[in-house]
Amino acid sequence: MKKIIALLMALCMVFALCACGGSQAPAATEAPAAEAPAAEAPAADANPYADVKLGFIFLHDENSTYDLNFMNAAKEACANLGLTEDQYIFRTNIPESEECYEAACELADDGCNIIFADSFGHEDFMIQAAKEFPEVQFCHATGTRAHTEGVANHHNAFAAIYEGRYLAGIAAGMKLNEMIEAGQFTADEAKIGYVGAFTYAEVVSGYTSFFLGARSVCPTATMEVTFTGSWYDETAEKEAANKLIDNGCKLISQHADSMGAPTACETAGVPNVSYNGSTVAACPNTFIVSSRINWAPYYEFVVNAVVNGEEIPADWTGTIATGSVLLTEVNEAAAAAGTAEAIEAAKAQLVAGELHVFDTAAFTVGGETLTSYLADVDTDAAYEADTEVIADGYFHESEFRSAPYFDLQIDGITLLDTKF
Amino acid sequence: MNKQNKGPLVHIVKRAALPWYGSWGIRALAILLALVACALVTTVTTGENPIAVYAAMIDGAFGTVRKTWITFQNVAILLCISLAVTPAFRMRFWNIGAEGQTLIGCLATASCMILLADKVPNWLLICVMVVAAIVAGAVWGMIPAIFKAKWNTNETLFTLMMNYVATQLVAFFVIYWEVPKGAGKIGIINQSSELGWLPQLGNKYLLSIVVVAIVTVLMYLYLNYSKHGYEIAVVGESERTARYVGIKVEKVIVRTMVVSGAVCGLAGLLLVGGINHTVTTTIVGGRGFTAVMVSWLAKFNPIFMVFTSLLLVFLERGAGEIATDFGLNHSFGDILTGIILFFIIGCEFFINYKISFRKAAGKEE
Repeated sequence: MKKIIALLMALCMVFALCACGGSQAPAATEAPAAEAPAAEAPAADANPYADVKLGFIFLHDENSTYDLNFMNAAKEACANLGLTEDQYIFRTNIPESEECYEAACELADDGCNIIFADSFGHEDFMIQAAKEFPEVQFCHATGTRAHTEGVANHHNAFAAIYEGRYLAGIAAGMKLNEMIEAGQFTADEAKIGYVGAFTYAEVVSGYTSFFLGARSVCPTATMEVTFTGSWYDETAEKEAANKLIDNGCKLISQHADSMGAPTACETAGVPNVSYNGSTVAACPNTFIVSSRINWAPYYEFVVNAVVNGEEIPADWTGTIATGSVLLTEVNEAAAAAGTAEAIEAAKAQLVAGELHVFDTAAFTVGGETLTSYLADVDTDAAYEADTEVIADGYFHESEFRSAPYFDLQIDGITLLDTKF
Repeated sequence: MNKQNKGPLVHIVKRAALPWYGSWGIRALAILLALVACALVTTVTTGENPIAVYAAMIDGAFGTVRKTWITFQNVAILLCISLAVTPAFRMRFWNIGAEGQTLIGCLATASCMILLADKVPNWLLICVMVVAAIVAGAVWGMIPAIFKAKWNTNETLFTLMMNYVATQLVAFFVIYWEVPKGAGKIGIINQSSELGWLPQLGNKYLLSIVVVAIVTVLMYLYLNYSKHGYEIAVVGESERTARYVGIKVEKVIVRTMVVSGAVCGLAGLLLVGGINHTVTTTIVGGRGFTAVMVSWLAKFNPIFMVFTSLLLVFLERGAGEIATDFGLNHSFGDILTGIILFFIIGCEFFINYKISFRKAAGKEE
C-alpha cells in the first residue's frame, strides 16, 4: 500500500514538474515575440498588417466542399492582404464541442488577434472563448447569436446566398425547359429533387430561393426535398439523391457538404446544380452551375477594421455587390443555351433592387399570399417568433440578422421527411 | 546440394518469463524502431524534416500550459473509460460497449441539466446528475450482463449493439432539444446561468483529473486487494473452478458489469457536466474503443494504464499539431500513430517468443 501511495505521489510531482516546465518554456519564448512587434512599430507604417495574426477553425478538412470553400477564401484573403505564412494558422477537423473552445483559446495563446470559425455549431464555444479573451476578435460564420448575446468581441457573418441560389435556380429552370422541349418529359413532370441537411432555416431559405428561381422560368416546376440529418454524410447524401431520382426528379440540387449528391447525379446522368463550388471536375456531364459564398471579402473587411481600429458589426451580410455571393462558371456541356446571359440579366435586377427573391407575389403558403410574418430572429430554446419580416411586398431575408431565417413551407415544395 | 535433414531456417520458441529489464528493453527498442520507421515515411512522402515533426508532436501535447492541461484532461477521460472496461476484461467478459455506456451517462447528465435547471437548487441538481449518470451507465452495462448470465448470450455482440442504441437515443434527444429549430444541435446547456456545471477546482481542467486519479487508486485496490477482485480473477481463469469453490458466477458477471457501466457513466458525467456542457452523438469520440487498447496494452493494470492512455492521447494531440504546423492532412498524423502502435503491439510477440535461426551447416558439424 505504502509503495503505491509513494508511487502516486511521485507521479503527481512529475506531473507538477511537467506543468511548471510547460509554463516557463512558453513564457520565455513569448516574451521576445511580444517585443518584436513593438520594436517593428516604427516600420509598421510600411506594412499596416505586420501585427495581424489570424486563426482559422474549420469543422472538417479540404475533403469537405464546405470547408474547402472557406479554406480557399482564407488563403485568398491572406494573399490579398500580403500576410506571410506565419501570420495565419489553420486548425482543421475541429468538432462542435469543447475542442472548438480549446482550439480558439490555443489560437489566442498563440498570439492570434482575430479568430474565425466556419461551422454553425461552433458558435456557443466561440462565445465561451470570446468572454475569456476580450481583446481578441471572434468572428463566426453562419451563427445567429451575436446580435442578442451582447459579447462585444463576438461577431456573426453570412451572405445573401439566397440571391445566389435564386440565380442558380434560373439555370435549373432553363435546363428543365430545354429537356421539356426536347420531349424527354412533359411540362407537368418537371420535378426537381433537393437534398437538404436539416430542416433548419438556412436550408429552408436555400431550397425555397432555388425553387423560386427555377419556377420563375419554368412555371410548372415542382420540388421534392429530403433531409439527411447531417451536414456531411457522403453515403446518406448519395442515397438521398438516388431516392429522388427514383421518385422521378429530373434535376437535383443539394445543401449538404459532401460530393455524395453530385456523384450520384453523374452516375445516373441527371443534371445537378451544386453548392459551395464547382464540381465540374468530378461531374463533367451533369454539373450545370454552382452558387457559393466567397468569404474572402469578409475576412479582408474584418482585418481592415481591426487594423484601422474600427468596430466590427455584430452581423455582417455579404451581397452580390460586396463580391460575397458568387456563381461559378456555367458548364456549357450540361447547361441550357443562354443560361449565362439569363443569370447576368437577373443578377443586374437583383443588384438594382428591381427584383426580390422572396417577393410575396411569387409564392403562397397554404394557398394564401402572405402580408405579415413573424420570424424567429432572436435565438431562444422556445423558438419564439419575434420579428415582423414582411414589408413593401417582400420577405426581408438576412436583414435583421446575417443568418437566414426564412422558414416558411411554400406551396409547390413537398417535404418527403421532416424528422430532422 | 547437400540433402541432409535440416531444421527450418527460422523457428519460434516460447520464452521463459523475461526479467523486467528485458521486456522493457524490447519495448523501448520497439518505440525507437517505430520512430525510425515514421521518420522514413515522413521524409519519403512529405519531404518534411522528421525531427521537426516529432518536435511538433511534443509541442502539440505540452507546448503551453493550456495544452498540457488539456492533454492531462484528455488522459483523465480516456483513463476513466479504460478503468471501466478493465474489471470486465479481467473476467474475460469482452465488453466493447464502453462507448454506449459512457454516452448514456452523457445523455442522463444533459437531461438533468436541461429539465431540472430552474426547478431545483444547483447543489441538488449536481447530486441528481451524479446519480443519474452513474445509474444510467450501470444499467447500460447490466443489461448485456444479465443476458450473458441467464442465457449465455454473446457479450461482444450484445455490448456492441448497445452502443448503437445509445447513439440513436442521443440523436433523438438532440433533435428534441435542438436550438434553434431544425439546427440539429443542442449547444452549450445553461451557458449564461452555468446551472448544473460541475464546480471547478482551481482551473477548469483539474476536477476531471482529480476524480479520475481517485478512481484509478480505488480500481487498483478493488481489483487486487478486495474479495470481489479475487472473484473476478477466478471467474476469468475458469468458470468451472469458480463454481467449484462456491462463487456465484452469474452474480459476479452482473455485479462486475454494473461496476464497469457505472464508471463509464462517471466518465459521461465528467464529459458533459465538467467539460463540454453539451451532448452530441459523437461526444465520446471513439474513446470507448480506444479504451480497449489502453487496457490491453497495460495488461489490465490500472497503474500502467496511466502511461498507456498518456501515450495514446499524446499521439492523438501530436497528430493534430502536425496537421496544423505543416499543412498536412490529419490522416498523416493518424498514419504515424498507426505505425507507432503497430510496433508497440508487435513487440509483445518478441517479449513472449524468441526467434532462433538455424546455425550455419558447416559450423554445426
